[in-house]
Amino acid sequence: MDPNRCIGCQACVQACSECDTHKGHSLIQLQYIDRPISVQTVPVVCLHCDSPTCAEVCPADAIKRTGDGVVQTARKPRCIACNNCVIACPFGIPKMNTEFELMMKCDLCYDRTSVGSKPMCASVCPSGALWFGTRAEIDKLRPRSRPINKFQFGQQTITTKVWMMVPHESPANHIDVTSAMDEEPTGRQGLLEEVFDEDH
Amino acid sequence: MSTLPSDPKTLIDAYGPHLAFMSGERVDTGTEPEKLVKTHCCFCGQQCGIQLKVKGNEVIGFEPWYDFPFNKGMLCPKGVKRYLQGSHPDRLLKALRRDPSSPTGFSEMRYDEAIARISGEINRIQTEYGNDAFALLSGASLTTEKTYLMGKFARMCLRTRYIDYNGRLCMVSAGAGNKKAFGIDRAANPWSDIQNAEVVWISGSNVAECAPITTNYVWQARENGAKIVVVDPRITPIARTANLYLPVKPGRDIALFHGILHLMIENDWLDHDFIENHTVGFDAVAANVREWTPKRTAEVTGISESSIRQAAELWGRARTSYLMHARGIEHSSHGVQNVLGAINIVLASGRIGRPNCGYGTITGQANGQGGREHGQKAEQLPGMRDIDDPEHRAYIASVWGMNPDDLPHAGVDAYEIFRKIDRGEIKGLLSICFNPKVSLPDSGLVARALDKLEFYVAIDFFLNETAFHADVVLPGSLQEEDEGVVTQIEGRVIKINKAVDCPGETREDWRIIQDIAAGVGRPQGFTFTSPREIFDELRVASKGYIADYSGITYEKIERQYGVCWPCPSDDHPGTPRLFEPGSWNPIAKGAGPFYFPDGRARFNVTTYTPPTEDVDDEYPVILTTGRVVSQFLSGTQTRRIGPLVEQYPEPRLEMHPRLAEKYGFRDGEPVIVESRRDSITLRAQIVKTIRPDTVFVPYHWAGKQSINRLTISAQDPISKIPEYKACAVRLKKESVAGSG
Repeated sequence: MDPNRCIGCQACVQACSECDTHKGHSLIQLQYIDRPISVQTVPVVCLHCDSPTCAEVCPADAIKRTGDGVVQTARKPRCIACNNCVIACPFGIPKMNTEFELMMKCDLCYDRTSVGSKPMCASVCPSGALWFGTRAEIDKLRPRSRPINKFQFGQQTITTKVWMMVPHESPANHIDVTSAMDEEPTGRQGLLEEVFDEDH
Repeated sequence: MSTLPSDPKTLIDAYGPHLAFMSGERVDTGTEPEKLVKTHCCFCGQQCGIQLKVKGNEVIGFEPWYDFPFNKGMLCPKGVKRYLQGSHPDRLLKALRRDPSSPTGFSEMRYDEAIARISGEINRIQTEYGNDAFALLSGASLTTEKTYLMGKFARMCLRTRYIDYNGRLCMVSAGAGNKKAFGIDRAANPWSDIQNAEVVWISGSNVAECAPITTNYVWQARENGAKIVVVDPRITPIARTANLYLPVKPGRDIALFHGILHLMIENDWLDHDFIENHTVGFDAVAANVREWTPKRTAEVTGISESSIRQAAELWGRARTSYLMHARGIEHSSHGVQNVLGAINIVLASGRIGRPNCGYGTITGQANGQGGREHGQKAEQLPGMRDIDDPEHRAYIASVWGMNPDDLPHAGVDAYEIFRKIDRGEIKGLLSICFNPKVSLPDSGLVARALDKLEFYVAIDFFLNETAFHADVVLPGSLQEEDEGVVTQIEGRVIKINKAVDCPGETREDWRIIQDIAAGVGRPQGFTFTSPREIFDELRVASKGYIADYSGITYEKIERQYGVCWPCPSDDHPGTPRLFEPGSWNPIAKGAGPFYFPDGRARFNVTTYTPPTEDVDDEYPVILTTGRVVSQFLSGTQTRRIGPLVEQYPEPRLEMHPRLAEKYGFRDGEPVIVESRRDSITLRAQIVKTIRPDTVFVPYHWAGKQSINRLTISAQDPISKIPEYKACAVRLKKESVAGSG
């Protein structure tokens, strides 16, 4: 994922519903960050966590991670539509399909990627905001940025199979809330200033 | 009289637009297609490669075509969902005749009866009022074979001078400017030259929404270190992360180019060798921009002086660059001047005709390039020949086997055709691949003119809003139901391959035209049995002149993933990059790389004039129009594809909060927008991404949502392109409309 490149065209959203494992249902969310002030959008696909929170909180053990690290849609016979995963996922990925009483999520187009093809979204994305390939290829193609796959949510550190491209110069993966408060920061003051400068 | 046979609501209820969604085998998991057909998207000028999944004579989905080099599998949302236009409930499967007594306004008729009726009416009108009383309007989404046939049909069969096409709303300013400066009308460089340019300059192009795949080329250039300059009244997605964003006031682009050239000269950021050896006219252009100081440029363009200086320095100091422009500068009553201004700063830099030194205009329609080369344009014969040039007339007449004296001379542009209908000079009309009631400006005139026609026949696969007026409608073919070539954004000729057969009584468009030629009693020259036969004649007709296709074959296209014209012989690989040092062309004959007898490019003196209708106290806000990514042109296809309509369901009136505050408008509130022509009501979208003196509305919708009811029919004097990008409007709250 390279949000800096996203143009909000929704080719990924439209192509997601063409994926043979969940035809007719798009499992990508593409959102404006704040349309009144910017056209910036971010496509949110599942990052396929190494230790998926969705699976950890599932009381029915319905969410499986394949041997090659793909976190699947809930198993129909097991899913009890309790919404635990929807609430727990720090990235907001799982969606409850109330018609099927089934949690559905991106499975990295398992029908395609398990046989060496690319996922639909990353195939069609015209701006390269979603891209599928190897670390060596992306390093060569995108010298301005670097991939990260470690995200911090409070005390929880999450590592993911899908990587996000961030600018080289940004040293941290998270911002501590106290940096923005009128008290001694525990986070990285410098980075925060940069972010705020960009905003204004 | 080609008035509406019924009220618009009845027509829409019967003929659409209705929305198609995935259903049946298109949504079933595990459906195996019978075949995958490698072809191209039916929408914009980029012509992305795509594979269509076919089962049971239906396109049931798509598969990315990773090997096609231009897009490598990438698609925009329109390309992804384009297959839903097939097997659509609105599809016309039979010929229709106007029938006010029918509950839908039309009745079905037999195809042969329709051809007989049409032929009879054409003969009657031409006998009674003269050949020029019957006009043709064609389109640039057709294959090149079809566009060639349309031009031939007008000139050879109907012998009318009045044919023009919807590229008149699209590529004509770019085309005219390119011909004046370079002697040829084609993007000068392949898109791969964008990726390693030091500076990418984008003027008047919402690349991300109108040419989405081009975004990846621009982003790749940035990865490689390029600086991106975007000139636009709105911060579009391509402008958001640009190194330099210049918020030009709509209609003032030429002033910016004057200001940039002024600073290039002042700072000696010029390629003197190139100017000296490969151009003429620099001194006059230099004198012309002397008074365009940064201060004056800033005053006229509404861009800050410091930004103008930064832009000039970025452009001036670059060693390699790519300049692109699109309708933003071309849709203007001085569109050709804007294009020439852009070319002047390219020529002064000397950065053209070399790797990573490029210039290109971004084609809008699928065959926006090929559709303007081979003779459906009012003033043109095949190969980009001139219809009023005696030698050109003689050559084409010899190919067609007719007396050159019988070839009609230049006609008039598409809008002027409607003015002539309005004045009673043209009595009959045939249209194909064109929906002028939605796409032409000041469309009230178009509706009025259509009502005055004695006979109007429309060929289309859906009953578009213009075709509502038709006396007879013939069911034409979708892109995937026929084969032929188109020429994409880079000048690359590529091949559309047939995926499914025409359903019901629909016919390939070229067969329909030939059936009419036979019907009017002049079938000579219209007895082709395949697109390949038409293409082979087109190759001969284009031979020896600028747009030379003579060395292109269907097989060579398949083998090479397309062939860039000019391609003058069988062993020629095509010409991806124009104007390379030492290159040969049929005009310069070795004298130089540009298409003039001396081989030199032309600097052209350009003049700044404000838009025809500038703002004033009465109409104080600038209206500009454009596209959204999920819709295409007049929406005949895309307003029928459910997932695309859901993505952006209705046109919004985009405005800056500062403007909204002045009137007290809130986001989402209905606002009346009114010009001197008409008014419509749209919901406000209040965003900081547009100039506070300008409102923006996309133009894809019909009826009460059609912004072209308000736009002005002012046209460029040379190219005749309409001024869609700037007219004056006023705004008011819907609630006070009655009292005001």
